Order: sequence, then structure tokens, then C-alpha cells
Amino acid sequence: MSILVNKDTKVIVQGFTGKEGSFHAEQCIDYGTNIVGGVTPNKGGQEHLGKPVFNTVKEAVENTGATVSMIFVPPAFVADAVMEAADAGIELAVIITEGAPVRDMMFAKQYATKHNMKTIGPNCPGIITAEECKIGIMPGMIFKKGNVGLISKSGTLTYEGANQVVKEGFGITTAVGIGGDPIIGLSYKQILPMFEADPETEAIVMIGEIGGDLEIQAAKLIKEQITKPVVAFIAGQTAPKGKRMGHAGAIISGSAGTAAEKMAALEEAGVKVVVSPAEIGKAVAEVLAKK
Amino acid sequence: MNIHEYQAKQIFAKYGVPTPKGKIAHTVEEAVENAKELGGPIWVVKAQIHAGGRGLGGGVKLAKSLDEVKELADEILGMTLVTHQTGPEGKLVQKVYIEDGADIQDELYLSVVLDRAAEMPIIMASTEGGMDIETVAEKTPEKIIKVQVDPSIGFQGFHGRELVFGLGITDKVQQKNMINFAKKLYTLYMENDAEMIEINPLIRTGEGEFIALDGKMGFDDSALGRHPEIEAMRDLSEEDPDEREAAQYGLSYIALDGEIGCMVNGAGLAMGTMDTINYMGGTPANFLDVGGSANAETVAKGFEIILKNPNVKAIFVNIFGGIVRCDRIANGILEATKLVDVHVPVIVRLDGTNAPEAAEILKNANIENVIPATDLADGAAKAVKAAKGEL
Repeated sequence: MSILVNKDTKVIVQGFTGKEGSFHAEQCIDYGTNIVGGVTPNKGGQEHLGKPVFNTVKEAVENTGATVSMIFVPPAFVADAVMEAADAGIELAVIITEGAPVRDMMFAKQYATKHNMKTIGPNCPGIITAEECKIGIMPGMIFKKGNVGLISKSGTLTYEGANQVVKEGFGITTAVGIGGDPIIGLSYKQILPMFEADPETEAIVMIGEIGGDLEIQAAKLIKEQITKPVVAFIAGQTAPKGKRMGHAGAIISGSAGTAAEKMAALEEAGVKVVVSPAEIGKAVAEVLAKK
Repeated sequence: MNIHEYQAKQIFAKYGVPTPKGKIAHTVEEAVENAKELGGPIWVVKAQIHAGGRGLGGGVKLAKSLDEVKELADEILGMTLVTHQTGPEGKLVQKVYIEDGADIQDELYLSVVLDRAAEMPIIMASTEGGMDIETVAEKTPEKIIKVQVDPSIGFQGFHGRELVFGLGITDKVQQKNMINFAKKLYTLYMENDAEMIEINPLIRTGEGEFIALDGKMGFDDSALGRHPEIEAMRDLSEEDPDEREAAQYGLSYIALDGEIGCMVNGAGLAMGTMDTINYMGGTPANFLDVGGSANAETVAKGFEIILKNPNVKAIFVNIFGGIVRCDRIANGILEATKLVDVHVPVIVRLDGTNAPEAAEILKNANIENVIPATDLADGAAKAVKAAKGEL
């Protein structure tokens, strides 16, 4: 078992024939991801990486039965691509592109939600179910199959965390990089309960960052709903206080979004919080030994 | 990207948000000239820097004559203004805004920002204008009114009513004025891809009009491409020169006050590396994210920028290669040592894609002050020792 995606998941790629899209789609195919085609307007009917290319997502879905889309289109076209996917009945869009305007994502996310389409990202490494399905840009070889679920705002810390878990002799069920943009798709709040419900996942690694209050919300949820052990690291304890112009950001959430605040909230929720990412692996070994 | 008060007010004016009349000056002569044109009899001389708290820091002063304008412009231009938002080093004032004095009956607060949790803009208002709004939020949170505006319906009448009743505005003309004010502010927030707008204070005049006495605006960097007129407002002198140089090479750099230079891929791992150095008893000299497309040139540039800082006693290169291939980084490090005089120990941890090849490259090159590390903990420990001269 795993969450969200597995070896049977049919995936299309939006921005399939572009440089980034091609490079990473090929890596995903090599990993074993069931990529059934891609979308590039005006290239419909062609074949790329041995898979059919379609002009529209609708066509791609009708012809392949794809349920997941991996989005690599340039930043200015992300919102359009996300809404097209939602309109075509895609169930999950994984948005890799970095630099999509926040206002665009505001509208795209609303539209996705209205069409019951889940999103991951933007500006994220994607999602990987170890040894089954990689939808994103992470180095596949470090994700060995195992019993630890991983969720992270940061791309490279996802790799660091997964690598340590594997070096300790464990492995990963599914790892999700949710991205750190102001508006993102699935977050801790949705994904932690999925790991809780997944019979193969026995422990969860949660990696956060300074800013915003998603980790504070996650702490509340963990306290109420999560029985599996959680190991957490919050990056940015030593980050300098930003030279800010206004004050409004911190007031809405009622939290300054500091690492200390988030770490305290998670500890209070019974999470094993580590102060350095170098301790993630050991902490996982520890919580799993206690079980 | 942030802009100055006078620029924010130019945008306000374009949308019909009332502001006092004012003109920007770069010299004392220009300041006096502006004051003459405005006519007086009262002027405000305001330092233009990208930070709040200017009034308390002595950067905003009232003049009652042209001589006073001259005196104050002379005093403020060229001063290093320190506020709670500039950091202790302060900011050099290169421009002053000369503005008509206003008839202030009372001071309010109004801002528009993104509510991340609700994923929509939120308008915040308070009768406690002119004060530090964070203090208001902490001590009297009930005095801050929050109105979320769903962008799919935009600013509606009920949003306006929530706002004016929340602020206790009972006069019908004033209600209308405030609703118009807020509606225009919401419109300009959306149309310009603003990240935040903050007006503190927003004043009520004796005649019951509302005027933006201050204005701060920040914009979504990702959307600047479609707003060339806003991009043109960028004031490079407000940005750190090293950070700017780094940005030209796709590097994200922030100077800190420690001793260990850091070069890392990914912002999260970069912060995590700083945290680990700190945890092991060292101090990071900088944040540096080399991004996803690091090559020999960018690595060399990274070394150059890190080594400009005289406090750096060791450098920790921490790369977890995903898209970035470690052998390329290893070659970049070799290349960099030829291009830049790297006179401090460099601890190198390369993991991920092509890590064994990278280790081989560094081993064969056998450079004296390049020290390999096996993982994050090992690398951070070695960097801390090296900075203390114990390695």
C-alpha cells in the first residue's frame, strides 16, 4: 500500500515535449511510472518518448484513461494547465513548475477544488511511491521501499530525510514534496491522515520550514487524529529575522511563523522534533524501535 | 519586490485612492523647490527607505516654513536611518518626499494581504492607526477587523459594510468614503499582483474624508513579468549588492554574521545546514542556495561571494544531488579553486546522483584544503572544527 499513487496509476504529462518535461518524463518512465501520454498543443498525433501526444488534456484523458497529470508548463501557463486538467476530469495534478504567480494559483486552486481535483505543489519535487511510481523530479534511486511516510515543504530536505531513513535500514512508503509557495495544494492537514490510514506506513517524517502556520495546524491535527509516531524537523531556526516592510502577514494567522514556535507546538502534540536534519534517520529508528 | 512610499502613492492616485499632494526630492534644493510648488503652509519631510518605523527613527518631520524644509531635508538626506525593520546597520536615506501637511482628526489602519490559510485576500482595518499594528494585534486583537474577499466574487457591498460597522463609522457620507477607499485598494491589490498593501496611518480629516497618509506596497516577484511599469520602480540601491550580484548567477545569498560559509542546493537544505552548524557549536556566515542548475561557473561565483566576507574561516559545501549531478559540482569545485583564491578549508559533502564519481574526482585532484565529508553530520562537524582551527 501507499498513498495517492502506485504502480497502476495512469499519468500524463502537461508540457510533455518541452526540455524539462521531456527530461523528467523519461526519468519517470525509467523508474517505472505508468506514463500513458502527454499534452503539448499543436503536437497532437505525434509520438514522444514512445508515448502518444495530445493537443488537449480532455483528449488525453479520453484516449488513455489517465487520472493524474504531471505539470511542467512555464510559470505563466500553470494556472491554465491546472484548470484544463480539472476540467478534463483529472483527479490529481502534480505541479512541478517554479514561479507561478500567486494570484493565478488563487483562481486555479479554487477551480480545482470545485472539480474535486487534488493538487500537489506548485514549485515542488512531486510525489513518489517507492519502487512503484515517481511523479516529479526527485532522484529515484534513494527511495527504497519501506514503512515510513514522508511529507516535506523542501525538495532537497525530502531527499536528505529519505536517504537517512534508508541508511538506517528502513524505507519509504510514499514521499510527498508539497512545496513552500504561499498557495499550495495538498498539505500536512490532508496528507497526514492519509498516512494514518495507510496500513503499510508505520511512522511519518514531517519536514517544515519557517513562515506561515501550516505546521502549527499540523500539530493540532496530529494531537487529535494521528496515532502513528511522527518525527519532525523545522528548517530555519538560525535564519535571520527578515527585514520586513509591513506587519500585516504575521497578524492574520496570529503566529509569527518562527521555527521555535512550530517546534514547540509539534513537541506539545507528542511529535519527536529534531533540531538538525542530520538527526532524522536516528529519530525514525528510535520511534520505530519503541513500537 | 518592495517600493517606496512615494511610488505606492503614485499607484494609489492612479486608482483614485486619496493621498496628500507630494513630490520626491533627491537634493536639498529640490526639496525646497518642491515645497514652494506645493505651497504650504505646512509640509512633511519624509525619508524614503524600504522599511517601516521611519517616524520613530527620526525620518519623518514636520516643517512650518521653507527654511525648516531646507533644514530638515539637509538633516534627513544622507542620514543612516535605523528602525526596528532595518536591522541595526540601518539604511542610507537618498530621497525625501515633500508632502502637504494634512488636517488629522484621527488615525486608522488599513491593509490588504494574502490570507494563506483561506487562500484569498484579506482586508484588515483598525481604529488604532499610527501605532505598531503588531502591538495592537497582541494587546487588543478585538480592535482589528478582518474581512476576507473571495476573488471569484470580488469586493461586494457586504464586505464594505462589515468594514465600516467594524470601525464604528456611523456617518453615512463617511461610510461611503471608506467603502470606496477599501474597494479601490482591493482592486489595485489584485490588478497589480501585490503581495501586500499597508496604510498606517490612514487619516480622517476634519471634513470626514479618508486619506492615505502613508503607503507600503510589496509585489509578487513571480508576476513582475506582466507589470513592467512596476518592475521599473525597483530601487536597486535598497537591495544588498552581494545579494544582487548572486541573483544574477541564479544564486540566492543572504549574509549573516558567523564564521562558516555555506554553499547548499535548495533553500530548505540550506537552512537545515545552517541549523546543523549552529547545533554543533559553529556559526553560519551566510545562506547560499545554488539552485537546481549549479555548474562550475556558479560554484566559482559562490566561492567568490562567500569569501568577500572577511569573517569566513571555513566553507561547507553541502549538496544533495537530485537534478544537480554531484560529478558536475565536484568539477565546479576544482574549477573554482583555480579561478578564486580559496584560502580557507573547504569541507565537501556530495550525496545523491553520481556521488561516487564525484568522490573519485575530488580524491584524484588531491587539493590540500578540500576535505571530503561522508554525510551532513560529518560535514557540519568538520566545518565547525575547521573554523576553530582544530582540523
